[in-house]
Amino acid sequence: MLSISILEESPHHIIQVKGEIDASNSVQLDESIRSLAEKGAQSILVDGSELEYISSAGLGVFMSYLEEFQEKGIQLKIFSLSPKVFEVFRILGLDQLISILSTKEEAIQES
Amino acid sequence: MEHKIQIACRTTALSELRNFLNQTLLPSRLNENELNQVTLAVEEVCANLIIHSHQCNEKDHILLAVRQESDRLTFEITDKGKAFNLLDYEVPDLKKVISEKRKGGLGIILVKKIMDEIQFESHRGMNTCRLIKLFRS
Repeated sequence: MLSISILEESPHHIIQVKGEIDASNSVQLDESIRSLAEKGAQSILVDGSELEYISSAGLGVFMSYLEEFQEKGIQLKIFSLSPKVFEVFRILGLDQLISILSTKEEAIQES
Repeated sequence: MEHKIQIACRTTALSELRNFLNQTLLPSRLNENELNQVTLAVEEVCANLIIHSHQCNEKDHILLAVRQESDRLTFEITDKGKAFNLLDYEVPDLKKVISEKRKGGLGIILVKKIMDEIQFESHRGMNTCRLIKLFRS
């Protein structure tokens, strides 16, 4: 089960992900990020505080935007991941490629 | 002790698979982090089979058997059909995955990093992938 909601806290857009991301629903995350990028968002912050699980399908969504966002100057950051979810990013080395912060405040400050 | 589950080849069955693993492995010696990782590795193999070997055909099934022994957990994943031997699959370079904007390939990296041993055999149309996780003493 996954629910995604988007909050605008200018100049940031915050994607709140709640539940589990796997191959059955990762398209929802993809569509949320895509729609924000298309409407011109410059800072996308993903609130992972209620993300209970992520498989490679979800990780792949984040990775697929890395180059494009770098070229377009769009910031993508993830914050408040639980230790077990963060560990999955770390196993793949994605913590070195994607900006992952402990708190929302840190994510905003770093922007 | 062995526990088994059969799931249909649809991606929505993956949450069913996770629930089964969480319940089955709760009394094991794994901590929360390890439990999450072995669940992920088993799910990645099953997701690959569902999507790539069975094209999400709900009439097809995958059987998972979990065996707990004193020093290890063995996950035996059996399906009928086109064999997908992940031992033959070349692990993609992470940079290549990014530059080609591929959304696949990461799962196999995870399985290889999380599990201690991977075995594969195919016999008369039945494919068996065995994932082994050793308990750290």
